[in-house]
Amino acid sequence: MAEVFVFATLNGLVTGLLLFMLASGLTLIFSMMGVLNFAHASFYMLGAYFAYTLSTYIGFWGGLLIAPLIVGGIGAAIERYGLRRVHQSGHVAELVFTFGLAFLIEEAVQFFWGRDTKNYQSPELFDFALFSLFGQEFSAYRGFMIAIACLIFAALYFILTRSRVGIIIQASISHPQTVANLGHNVPLIFMCVFGVGTALAGVAGVIAGPVLTTFPGMATVLGSIVFVVVVIGGLGSLPGALIASLLVGLLQSYAIAADVGVPELLNQFGVSFDSSHPLDDLWTLNLPQVAPVLPYLLLVLVLIFKPTGLMGNREE
Amino acid sequence: MKKQFPIWLGFALALILLPQIFDTVLGISILNQMTIWIIFALSYNMLLGQGGMLSFGHAVYFGLGGFMSVHALNLIADEIIVFSITLIPLVGGAVGLLAAVFIGSFSTRKSGTVFAMISLGIGELIVASSLIFADFFGGEAGVTGDRTYGPPFFGIEFLQDAEVYYLGAFWLFVATLFMYLFTQTPAGRMANAVRDNPERAEFIGYSTRRVRFISFCAAGLFAGVAGGLFAINYEFITEENLNALTSGRVLLMAYIGGLGFFIGPIVGAVILTLMNSLLSNYSEMWMLYLGIMFLLTVLFLPRGFAGFIMMHQTAWQNRRLGTLILPYLITAIPASLFLAGFVGLVELSHKGDDTLSFFGLILGTESMLSWGILLTLTGIGALGVKLSGPRLDAAWVLANTVRSDNGGDAQ
Repeated sequence: MAEVFVFATLNGLVTGLLLFMLASGLTLIFSMMGVLNFAHASFYMLGAYFAYTLSTYIGFWGGLLIAPLIVGGIGAAIERYGLRRVHQSGHVAELVFTFGLAFLIEEAVQFFWGRDTKNYQSPELFDFALFSLFGQEFSAYRGFMIAIACLIFAALYFILTRSRVGIIIQASISHPQTVANLGHNVPLIFMCVFGVGTALAGVAGVIAGPVLTTFPGMATVLGSIVFVVVVIGGLGSLPGALIASLLVGLLQSYAIAADVGVPELLNQFGVSFDSSHPLDDLWTLNLPQVAPVLPYLLLVLVLIFKPTGLMGNREE
Repeated sequence: MKKQFPIWLGFALALILLPQIFDTVLGISILNQMTIWIIFALSYNMLLGQGGMLSFGHAVYFGLGGFMSVHALNLIADEIIVFSITLIPLVGGAVGLLAAVFIGSFSTRKSGTVFAMISLGIGELIVASSLIFADFFGGEAGVTGDRTYGPPFFGIEFLQDAEVYYLGAFWLFVATLFMYLFTQTPAGRMANAVRDNPERAEFIGYSTRRVRFISFCAAGLFAGVAGGLFAINYEFITEENLNALTSGRVLLMAYIGGLGFFIGPIVGAVILTLMNSLLSNYSEMWMLYLGIMFLLTVLFLPRGFAGFIMMHQTAWQNRRLGTLILPYLITAIPASLFLAGFVGLVELSHKGDDTLSFFGLILGTESMLSWGILLTLTGIGALGVKLSGPRLDAAWVLANTVRSDNGGDAQ
């Protein structure tokens, strides 16, 4: 039992921190521009694909350095020539634009890289077990993922709260006009924040690509979950995003690991049902089956009872 | 309503005559799809266009209506219930309405991003649970039915697609009429008011939540009707019909057609169905074109195709629409060159060892000449559009300048 618990926790931690890498950029962009970037997971996918192509020429580390830069550049260009234009038509148009972007990026990835799964591997440097517990090994690459995510959180938190750039960014969130009057180029700041946010998604893609496989559907797999995370955490709150990422990651991981279901629960009360009942599916429900539903259930519940999210203070 | 009688008559006549004009198997099948998608897109417009609620999970009502309809077909086939299949869309509608009443009771409290997120969450929730409840949703394979059982309707047993088309056309007409009438009711008018300024609507004493709830339920009802028609037409339904793909598709239809206009989603549904059925035969890349078209629409035609047509109203009233024809044509020539070149480039880069026949030319991926021709074509097109653009702009400004009585132009 302890063995299952420890590994579920570790796996949940890895998933949660990966989610956080995406959610941090998304929530940064939201707090700045008030727009939820539907295409955020698509930038994550672009990161993985660019890194895959780069890794065949200059190796994994080159990909890790350059792919996020390319993704960030693309993101900044999209903000400059796309989003800024749509901004005049209101929030719904912006949301619809990013939705279309997600659609287009997925098609474009299939166009340039094809529909098949890419053989994107983690570097050989990490081909060893970091430690082994209860006879199971924890790969070094997963440890590396955890380290990178923690590094990103620390760096972001430091920059946003302690540096001059962070002060200007925070000021542009709440008082864009005053910041502009002080002589700062607010649209440029917006563009850079969007670029940095998408580059963060790119980093997540580079790192997650080898573990979660690099294929055209990888954005869809993670896309809506990241949304769930930022909404649960509270739109625009970085600590909220961290808490919600870990929460969702651990919740899913525990649910998959726990092999209990309705029959066991009912047996506790001495109730059992005939298996030929029309509602059979309901009686035989177990937790691993329900795992994919849980984040969405949590999302709906949070939105109904606390629309601002766990740590958010922003309401439209 | 009286003034619009000719329009509705024309609509009905068009519905009756269309299968006579396009009487091939493919033609009828496309028309059948159109009846489904038009109803669905119109119902979506009740939410987004008229009520200002951006939904990423509208397919839930469509799909649930469809699933229940297929189950109803099976119950008819098993002779458990006696029911005419002509009324199946009502079953779908009832299910869609029930689902919307339940979900709308908590999701319509807020509009904007919160509503959009709840709709997304509910959509994913239903999709995920559809794989759990394999009895009702049939797992990944879906559920199949047969529409030919049950009491025949005046001797019609719906063996042929043409017969199904007329059933669909009837429901399309009825649904469109009711959806139009809904926009004229106080509830429909208030939906617009709540969309534009919820605060003011609250001040006059309306509950914005209630107004949104009514629109939401109506939209769910008609989405269910469309789902019922889908069930009759295809005789099977899968999890794909209630997932984000279908929700996204209806959003694309409504947006490309034009949200602000009643006719917009009809235009969008027709365009997308045509693209889906015809273009997919020619190119594997049609989804890429669709994505590009959608983004361009959002960027440059925020009011969709219908909005683009309506933009010419002032020019029409000024009786200067004619002055626009020549500038349009001049820009259209390089624009179509650009389009042809671009499509050629996309297609050629995806041919591999194959060759691409391009307006009589056989182009191969290896020959530099092929790439050169296409690149030149695209370049010339882009340059032409850039050069002729200012002229079009000037003509546009002139055509929209109000003509004063003494014959001169006034600003």
